[in-house]
Amino acid sequence: MKRYSAFAIAREALRHHSGWERAWRKATPKKKYDVVIVGAGGHGLATAYYLGKNHGIRNVAILEKGWLGGGNTGRNTTIIRSNYLQDPSAAIYEKARSLYETMSQDLNYNVMFSPRGVMMLAQTHHEVRGYERTAHANALQGVDTQFIGPEKVKELCPIIRLDGPRYPVLGALWQPRGGTARHDAVAWGYARACSDMGMDIIQQCEVTAVRSEAGKVRGVTTNKGEIDCDKLAIVVAGHSGVLAQMAGFRLPIESVALQALVSEPIKPIMDVVIMANTVHGYMSQSDKGEMVIGGGTDGYNNYTQRGSFHHVEETVRALIETFPMLSRLKMLRQWGGIVDVTGDRSPILSRTPLAGCFVNCGWGTGGFKAIPGSGWATAEMIARGEPGPLASAFGLDRFREGRFIDESVAAGVAH
Amino acid sequence: MLILECPYCGVKAEETELHGGGEAHLVRRGPDSSDDAFESYLFQRQNPKGVHFERWRHAYGCGKWFHAARCTATLEVFGTYSAQVSEPPQQIRDRIAARRPGWSWSDQG
Repeated sequence: MKRYSAFAIAREALRHHSGWERAWRKATPKKKYDVVIVGAGGHGLATAYYLGKNHGIRNVAILEKGWLGGGNTGRNTTIIRSNYLQDPSAAIYEKARSLYETMSQDLNYNVMFSPRGVMMLAQTHHEVRGYERTAHANALQGVDTQFIGPEKVKELCPIIRLDGPRYPVLGALWQPRGGTARHDAVAWGYARACSDMGMDIIQQCEVTAVRSEAGKVRGVTTNKGEIDCDKLAIVVAGHSGVLAQMAGFRLPIESVALQALVSEPIKPIMDVVIMANTVHGYMSQSDKGEMVIGGGTDGYNNYTQRGSFHHVEETVRALIETFPMLSRLKMLRQWGGIVDVTGDRSPILSRTPLAGCFVNCGWGTGGFKAIPGSGWATAEMIARGEPGPLASAFGLDRFREGRFIDESVAAGVAH
Repeated sequence: MLILECPYCGVKAEETELHGGGEAHLVRRGPDSSDDAFESYLFQRQNPKGVHFERWRHAYGCGKWFHAARCTATLEVFGTYSAQVSEPPQQIRDRIAARRPGWSWSDQG
């Protein structure tokens, strides 16, 4: 693999850009791999990358039914934060956030990580107490957050309206090291690094069955033939239930549509990420100038990658009362993704009833921020055959045993 | 926009008038059941990409709970029926089978 650098740009500029290579190889499936990962989104590719980098397992295939990074990795609002209440969540999300800081150097691929700061507005007294509690918990967990007053909110984001018609801004949970990154670049960067390690990324390869023998996984059947493997990882977000059914077990997951929208591009008006969970809207400004807006989930199971129209209205209404200057802004496009939601709104990183088969799912409405930490923990679990310190609390058995990691209150919809 | 006809008051209600109540026909286990059965009832879901049976409440209408049969892959609605049954009526099953050849009702435990 040729490295990207300022020198490479200069060199290519002098020869009409004729020397750039494909970022990753087009691969045809081999008969057998040590590890097969289903799903070439951020989580699947990160899992493959850390399997190779941290554990030396490089005979790996990553199978993707559609195109690389075309699911939720390419559909989210790119927010990165780690201000969670519970210790296991703070650990894995903070691991992810810290890996994002050095990801561009690590992958030699510019993922445009922008630690511009994430602010979660407190607009009721209940929320003030909740976020103060989270700030204290984060201090103990070593996550850098603080609770700030309304004056500081206004200073950081001058376009905000503190005394809105329904809910005043009473303060905010502020994580200065949170921010955004270019979501596609995260998938592309990992894919390029995986391909460079000799791994096969096979797109338009849909798994149609999981084959097992005596309770142990043997391989998968795909539209490109049968592929054998010693270990199988299911990392498919919204379709986790479909794959689990093929593998012969059920998951405590329901798939729903979550949508987002962007406005026309405008001049810079906001250099932080704002989440307003009470009125229910969240927003940041992309480098192109579009306002990137997160909507809500529909209240029913859905696999169609489009959301209900009334949620757009709800979200836009919330943002206009918080940022009145947006009222004349035109929206450019809207889209949906299928998110896999668990009962306690925390992910599942676990062994499964089928030996040799692992799942990484249940990230629900907030998986993008977790990609590197999730990949790190899943790779460790696959390599060792059992979950390591980051993953152990996220096992499937927690539902049976009542050890929930209850983040549903802390994160609300904007998870 | 999802539109369901309330089987009680007959109103064709769109989704802002309704409240979804999750998977239907769960067997509601009590304290004397096994851990497996209890976990299954509380957390495990079919979550199919296809035919799904659901509970809905006509929240901003007559207020009653009812059942709906719907396809989660196409958003097609096969029909709605009373909440006072423990499995879908034959008429609904026939309608689904006509639209989805090969489909059959299985006990969802």
